[in-house]
Amino acid sequence: MIVETKSAQFDSIALEGGTTLTPVEVAYETYGTLNQARSNAILITHAFTGDAHAAGVAAAGMSNDTGKPGWWDNMIGPGKAFDTDRYFVICSNVLGGCQGTTGPSSINPATGRPYALAFPVITIRDMVRLQKMLIDRLGIERLLCVAGGSMGGMQSLEWAVSYPEVVRCVIPIATTWRHSAQQIAFNEVGRQAIMADPNWSGGEYYDKEPPGRGLAVARMVGHITYMSDESMREKFGRKLRAKEKFGFDFGVDFEVESYLRYRGNQFVGRFDANSYLYITKAEDYFDLTNGTGRLADAFQTVETRFLVISFTSDWLYPSYQSQEIVRVLRRVNGDVAYCDLQSNYGHDAFLVDVAEQTELVRGFLDSTARMAVAA
Amino acid sequence: MAHAAPARTGIHPVNLTRRPDFYVIGEIIPPGSRVLDLGCGEGELLAWLAENKNVLARGVEISAPQVRKAIARGVSAYQGDIDEGLADYPDKAFDYVILSQTLQETRSPLHVLREMLRVGRRAIVSFPNFGHWKVRAAMLFTGQAPKTELFPYDWYNSPNIHFLSINDFEDLCREHGFPIEKRYFLAGSTRITVMPNLLGQTAVFLLG
Repeated sequence: MIVETKSAQFDSIALEGGTTLTPVEVAYETYGTLNQARSNAILITHAFTGDAHAAGVAAAGMSNDTGKPGWWDNMIGPGKAFDTDRYFVICSNVLGGCQGTTGPSSINPATGRPYALAFPVITIRDMVRLQKMLIDRLGIERLLCVAGGSMGGMQSLEWAVSYPEVVRCVIPIATTWRHSAQQIAFNEVGRQAIMADPNWSGGEYYDKEPPGRGLAVARMVGHITYMSDESMREKFGRKLRAKEKFGFDFGVDFEVESYLRYRGNQFVGRFDANSYLYITKAEDYFDLTNGTGRLADAFQTVETRFLVISFTSDWLYPSYQSQEIVRVLRRVNGDVAYCDLQSNYGHDAFLVDVAEQTELVRGFLDSTARMAVAA
Repeated sequence: MAHAAPARTGIHPVNLTRRPDFYVIGEIIPPGSRVLDLGCGEGELLAWLAENKNVLARGVEISAPQVRKAIARGVSAYQGDIDEGLADYPDKAFDYVILSQTLQETRSPLHVLREMLRVGRRAIVSFPNFGHWKVRAAMLFTGQAPKTELFPYDWYNSPNIHFLSINDFEDLCREHGFPIEKRYFLAGSTRITVMPNLLGQTAVFLLG
């Protein structure tokens, strides 16, 4: 499946923070075919550093990503969980991102230079509002499903609350209904690492050397939180990197150090440091109840079906956060299915440990599609 | 005098006949009901009820692999503990709450029954009858914890933590004011009407 990233332009978007962003562009990809009734569309919402390229292989000429498989290619495609022989699947880069959708690295029409910190602070709700504009542009009145993991799961929940009449079902995976102190804490470490890099220069680095060291450290911390003690022990243990004994210096000794440095440096090439600041802030502000803590009120009008999935070893978005969502949905008599999948992969499980997740998603989508036909 | 359960050809698929109590439950529940199945396993009964009786089907099951199969089947099942899990549901959220072959496995059967009648307008409870003559005979002749086709486990690996007969259940309902609307007794898939506590292998009670 060779795919191309497309782009949609809009005059403006009104933001939750009170400002308006003018104009705004969205990068998106689609897989499969929209049926005659326009009833088989599924929106995939990506996690923090994901992008619109969720599945297939990037076509030639797609920036420097030619030949690169999508970030959820093991879940989306012919015969896969999100079966593109059957469903029309859409994925777009989030607002504030740096991979085709308007964000802090985009040109500010007022100055002719990148926004940097002049970019307004955005929220998960703003991201979802922009996705709704894209769905409208594509002529889709009702989505069969919105599905995503981590920050993608937050967006799917926001869809269910903001546009309940538009989504037949949502699949929030390894996520939460509001960011916890621990989640905010790790994000703050990442932001501080970036802002402590002298190259950050108050965000005005677009014509200079970017804050690569800070961004790499932020990514290293992130990767630790995406794994589990067990998966790190299995993958690295105390193995040394290309040496028989300790170097007695501060070069790389251990495999795990080498891996984190590699991941950190690789990230710098593809991600904008200011986008990192804005998107983590959007995650931290995320609270489906707007601070009331009364989740039942947020879900009061929800008619949508839910499939909530968590993973036993995910300590960044622990299972209890998913269970809170499920319990409240039961309290309001919502239609909710839930499974805590056994996995050693930590938070990364929704990306890499997909066999059982596939089984759940496939059956749930199939039954939702059948209900939609019956209704 | 025993008689076979009335055949409703075309309605009951083969997979329900494996569990005679499912057959009875399938008959009790009217079309369009809101149904909660506690300990729904792989969701066979709920899937059948949704397909054939157009019920609104919900399930609770503690085993992750079984919940997975139930969801894959299209059933809205939730991985959770029956003993605690009912507290979240509002009063009379369901028309029928089903507890099939699970009462003897719950930690607090009385609490579960009360909760079933709180969240459901009616409750359907099925359980294996510990008063069946084969169980009595096994106990009498071996002097050991009975191992029969109904109770096939060794005492140390049985999921059953309470043992009750049909008479025990009738007593409990009387003492605690659970109104029994209907009762069905089965030996295999055959319905029993005489001496149920001696001859019945499985009992199905409709409360409410």
